[in-house]
Amino acid sequence: MTPGPAAVEVRGLRHTFGDTVAVDDLDLTVQPGEIFGLLGPNGAGKTTTIRVITTLLPPMAGSVTVFGLDVNGRKMAVRRLVGYVPQLLSADGALSGRENVALFARLFDVPRAQRRERTAAAIDAMGLSEAADRPASTYSGGMVRRLELAQALVSSPRLLILDEPTIGLDPVARSGVWERILDVRQQTGMTVLVTTHYMDEAEQYCDRVALMHRGRIRAMGTPGELIASLDGAGESLDDVFRSYTGDDLDSGGFRDVRAARRTARRLG
Amino acid sequence: MSVPLAAPHAGSARFANPVRVLFSRTGAMCLVELQKLRRDRTELITRAIQPALWLVIFGETFTRIRAIPTGHTPYLDFLAPGILAQSALFVSIFYGIQIIWERDAGVLAKLIVTPTPRAALVTGKAFAAGVRALFQAFVVVILAAILGVGMTANPLKLLGTAVVLLLGSAFFCCLSITIAGLVLKRERMMGIGQAIMMPLFFASNALYPVAIMPGWLRVLNHINPLSYEVEALRGLLIGAPARLGLDFGILICATVVAISVASGLLGRLTR
Repeated sequence: MTPGPAAVEVRGLRHTFGDTVAVDDLDLTVQPGEIFGLLGPNGAGKTTTIRVITTLLPPMAGSVTVFGLDVNGRKMAVRRLVGYVPQLLSADGALSGRENVALFARLFDVPRAQRRERTAAAIDAMGLSEAADRPASTYSGGMVRRLELAQALVSSPRLLILDEPTIGLDPVARSGVWERILDVRQQTGMTVLVTTHYMDEAEQYCDRVALMHRGRIRAMGTPGELIASLDGAGESLDDVFRSYTGDDLDSGGFRDVRAARRTARRLG
Repeated sequence: MSVPLAAPHAGSARFANPVRVLFSRTGAMCLVELQKLRRDRTELITRAIQPALWLVIFGETFTRIRAIPTGHTPYLDFLAPGILAQSALFVSIFYGIQIIWERDAGVLAKLIVTPTPRAALVTGKAFAAGVRALFQAFVVVILAAILGVGMTANPLKLLGTAVVLLLGSAFFCCLSITIAGLVLKRERMMGIGQAIMMPLFFASNALYPVAIMPGWLRVLNHINPLSYEVEALRGLLIGAPARLGLDFGILICATVVAISVASGLLGRLTR
């Protein structure tokens, strides 16, 4: 393969909300075909970074490109390449699973002749064929997440962006979601950018990870490299994280507590 | 896995014509709104109760006491088109609350990062509001016919009535989304929705003729699209004098402007 542009290239990104600096001079490169984990506690700036990459927020400073396309100048072109699953469980409960996926097939110009087949294939790949014609409001949390993956995948995106894909799910549903992600990557070779604050998941499933804390990247590499860099002082990504951030992994502050409560409420 | 997923495509090789994209996306959003309505049949019926009460109780009573001078037209006939417009207004104002709800649930952000023009998302909502209004109108028209209101049976005029209702609902739906884009909070939106709905209704010719309004209310009536909607409905349905060209012109312009403004503010909801 000829070396093309990086899947995601972030240079000097900065974003603030009032006085709060959410993302501070961030540099990040995601290579085509890899599963890249952006890790950090609540409030580290992961979601803000994702929102800039998906064109939801304009970058205040710095540049962000997706497969060489600038997210600010080429919004529509970038959107065509990206499948996005937001943090909240957000399938439309008033529609059936199949209708949810078919909508995204239409919005991404899947040719009419292939629409039915590709919708069914995406639903099948996520193990939802039997429930496809039930309203999504009857789905469990894990099923909604997989339905959202089907929505994101039906357009065959080059870059799949998942914001906390396993938040609020039970352990079985969590591994179910990750297995589907690995399957899809193996079948299609698409690039996956995922944020999570579950270090164990990142260690198990990501090719490379970046540890983010208070708006900055503190360390980047394969999980193995990062653990090796501790020189025996630890044996997991959790330990790596502590060594880079001190012990303040949980010190997100009041704002995070509120955000976490909000999320919990929303997810029931 | 029986059918494999397609491999990622090579890039944005398909350069789509923006106008075609706008139409095709608008179609997709309208379709999805229809699919949602299909599961909502009970609500479609229950929402027709309020306009039915206006017609049956308010209408019948005021016809009897002859308090409102409507010339040779019985008051109930005069009122029926007004109630059609009112029920369309009440349906539409609800969409601002719905869009904030969709924002809070993350649905809106997910739609906005698809290659879909914002105008298509807004137009889909506007269309859905119109379809709901048509369902209610159907119930109200049947009821009015039972109560003896003399309405046209001319299919062209009935079609015109449907178009007027679609345009009117689309305008008020977009107005509501515009307000949602400005206030951003559901609670505030509900308060403002209530606060603008009644003035829009009372500062229009829906319940009484313009001739009996005080001067300042006539001014409001002049800039209130609801009045033009009611005038057109009255002209088409019961053959009252109407400036149909002006009415349609104003409704179309107002709707186009409202769709543009609402689309412009949609981004604020996902920041």
